[in-house]
Amino acid sequence: MAVFQAEASAPTRLGIALMLGFSILSCAAAAIGVSDRTPPAADGPIVLRDSAQHELRLEHAPQRIVTLLPSLTETVCALGDCSRLVATDRFSNWPASVMDLPKAGGLDDAEIELIVSLKPDVVILAHAARVTDRLRDLGIATFVAETRNFADISRTVAAVGGVLGVPERAQILNRDIDRAVNEAVAAALIHLHGRSPLVYYEVDSGPYAAGPQSFIGELLARLGARNIVGSELGPFPKLNPEYVVRHNPDVILLSTKEANTVGNRPGWERIRAVQEQRICSFDPQVSDTIVRPGPRVAEGLRAIADCLTRVAP
Amino acid sequence: MNAANPSVRREAVGRRDEVVSSHFALWLTAGIVVTALLTAASLLVGTSSIRASVGWLLAPDALSNTVLWHIRLPRAVGAWLAGALLALGGAIAQGLFRNPLAEPYLLGSASGAALGVTVSMMATDASLAGLAWSGELGVTGAAFVGACAAITLTVLLSRGVLQTASLLLAGIVVAFLLSAVTSLLLLSSPDTWRAMQAFLLGSTAFLSWHSTILLAVVFVVCLVPSVLLSRGLDALTLGEDTAQSLGVSLPALRLALLTLLSLATAITVGQVGIVGFVGLVAPHLVRESFHISQRRLLVAAPLCGGALLQAADLLSRWVIRPAELPVGIVTACLGGTYLVYLLWRRARHA
Repeated sequence: MAVFQAEASAPTRLGIALMLGFSILSCAAAAIGVSDRTPPAADGPIVLRDSAQHELRLEHAPQRIVTLLPSLTETVCALGDCSRLVATDRFSNWPASVMDLPKAGGLDDAEIELIVSLKPDVVILAHAARVTDRLRDLGIATFVAETRNFADISRTVAAVGGVLGVPERAQILNRDIDRAVNEAVAAALIHLHGRSPLVYYEVDSGPYAAGPQSFIGELLARLGARNIVGSELGPFPKLNPEYVVRHNPDVILLSTKEANTVGNRPGWERIRAVQEQRICSFDPQVSDTIVRPGPRVAEGLRAIADCLTRVAP
Repeated sequence: MNAANPSVRREAVGRRDEVVSSHFALWLTAGIVVTALLTAASLLVGTSSIRASVGWLLAPDALSNTVLWHIRLPRAVGAWLAGALLALGGAIAQGLFRNPLAEPYLLGSASGAALGVTVSMMATDASLAGLAWSGELGVTGAAFVGACAAITLTVLLSRGVLQTASLLLAGIVVAFLLSAVTSLLLLSSPDTWRAMQAFLLGSTAFLSWHSTILLAVVFVVCLVPSVLLSRGLDALTLGEDTAQSLGVSLPALRLALLTLLSLATAITVGQVGIVGFVGLVAPHLVRESFHISQRRLLVAAPLCGGALLQAADLLSRWVIRPAELPVGIVTACLGGTYLVYLLWRRARHA
C-alpha cells in the first residue's frame, strides 16, 4: 500500500524531493562552511534555499527567532535553541517555556506589527504567501519549511538546523528521532503479536478521516494498522458516516471530547469498535504529538501503539 | 416608480439639491475631519508595545519608523481606500440596479475571488510549477483574476448587460456555483481551508504601500468617470423607460458602470479579502442623512465607507488587543446592527 501511494503522488513527491534536495544541498554548503567549529558556536554566514525556493541569507546565526507553526517551534526547541525564540504562533504550547512568549497570531493571520517590533533575525514558517510577502517587504528574513509527511520531518529538522547554524545538532536530533521511532515501532509490533486491526482515525466529527496519505495515516501504517479509508480519497476525506458503519472498523481513534458520544451516532452502535468498546481517545496534549509532524513523532507513535496494544482484537 | 411627469420630478430634485447644498458641504467637512481623526488614531493603536508620545513622534527610532510609516500608515490609508472603493461600488450597484439591497459583490466577484485564492493555494500545495506560478501571481493576483472571471461569467450568463433582472439572477447563480466549487476543492484539501478562512473574513493587516498606491490609483480611476456618469444614474432613479426617454443610452451606461463596479470590487477583494457590509451600508448611511443626488452620493458614500472601514479596522485592533479580530467580523457586526436599526425605524414609521 505504501508503494502504491508513493507512485500515485509521484509528481508531487518529485517536486518536494527536488526542492528539499536544493535545501539539503544548501544546508550541506552551510555545514561545510562551519564544519570546523564546535556544534553550539556556529556563527558563519548562512545561505539557504527554503521550500518555496526563496534564498535566505544571514550574516550570522540568528539569535532572535519567531516560529509560526507548532511543529517548527518544537523543532527549534528540540535542537536546544528554545532560548533564541522571541515569539511563536498562538497554537505553540510545547515545551512549556514557549507559553510565556508573545503570541504572534496564526500562520495565516500573523500579527505583522508585533513580529516587526520584536526585531527577529528570521521568521520560520510554513507556506503562507500573504504573511511571507509582507514580512519580506518589511525587510524581515523568512524561511519556509513545509512538513507534510513523515519523510519531511528529517528534512525540516535539517533545514531548521541549517538556519540556526547547528547542522551537526540537527543530524544528532534526526538520529535520535529515527531511533526513537524505530524503537517505538519495534516495541509496538512485538506487543501487537501480528494483530493488524482495521482502524478509523477521526480527525474531526465532520466526520473527517485521516487517510493513508496523511501524516497520521503514515503513523498508523507503520504500526501495521489497516485504514478503512483508501488512499484514493485523499489525505483527510470527509466521509459519509455510513461509510464507517459499512467498513466496520475494529478500532476507532478520536478525540476525548467525541469518545463518549460516538456510539450515539445513528447506526454506529453496530460498529464492532463501538460494540466491543475498542476506542482510543486522545487528550488534546497527546493529540498534538500525533497530528504535528515534528520531533515528538515517536511520542505520538507510542500513544497510538499503547492504545492499539490495549484494545486491538 | 412614478414616471408620469419627469420634468416636475426633475425640478423637485433640483430644489432639494439647493436646500441640502449647505448641509452637504457641512457633511463632507465632517467626513473629512472624522477620516483625519481616525487616521491619526490608527497611527497610535497597534498590537506592538510601541506607545506614541510627542518625543517619539518627533524623533522616532528605526523600529518605530517602520511600524509607524510602513505598517500603520499604509494600513490606515489602505483601509480607507478599500472602504471607499467598496462604498463606491455599493452606490453604483444600488443606483444601477435600483435596488437598496444591491451591494458591490452582487455580480459574483466575492465568490470568484475566493475560488481564485483556493485554486492558487492548492496549486501551491500540488507541485513545484504550481508554487512558482502562484508565487508569481500572489494571493491578491489570484483573487483579482477570480473576481474578474466571475463577473465575466455573470455577464455571459445574462447575455450581456441589457437586462438588470437577469444580471442580478446570473450574479446569484454564479456566486452559488463558484462557492460550491470552492467548498468542493476545500473538502479535498483541508490544509487550504484554514488559509481560506483568513481570506474570507477579510483583513487589512497585510496592506503595504504597494497595495495602498494601487488602491488609490483605482479609486481615482473609478470615482471620476462614475461621477461624470451620475446624471445617467439620476435619470435611472425615475425608471428605465423614463431614463431612456430622457436620452440616456442605457446599454452604454450599464456597461460603463458595471466595468467601474467590477474594477473597484475586484481590486479591493484582492487586497483586503472579502469585507462585508461596508459597500451595502455606506450608501444607506449617506442617504438616510439627507436626500441626495446620485452625483453627491457617489462622492459622499466613499467618504463614509472609508471612514467606516477605518473605524472597523481600529476596533478590530483594539477590542482584543494585543491580538486582532478579522476586520470582516467587525464590519459585519457594525453593518448588521445598523441595518436592523434601519428596518426597525422604517417599521415604526410605517
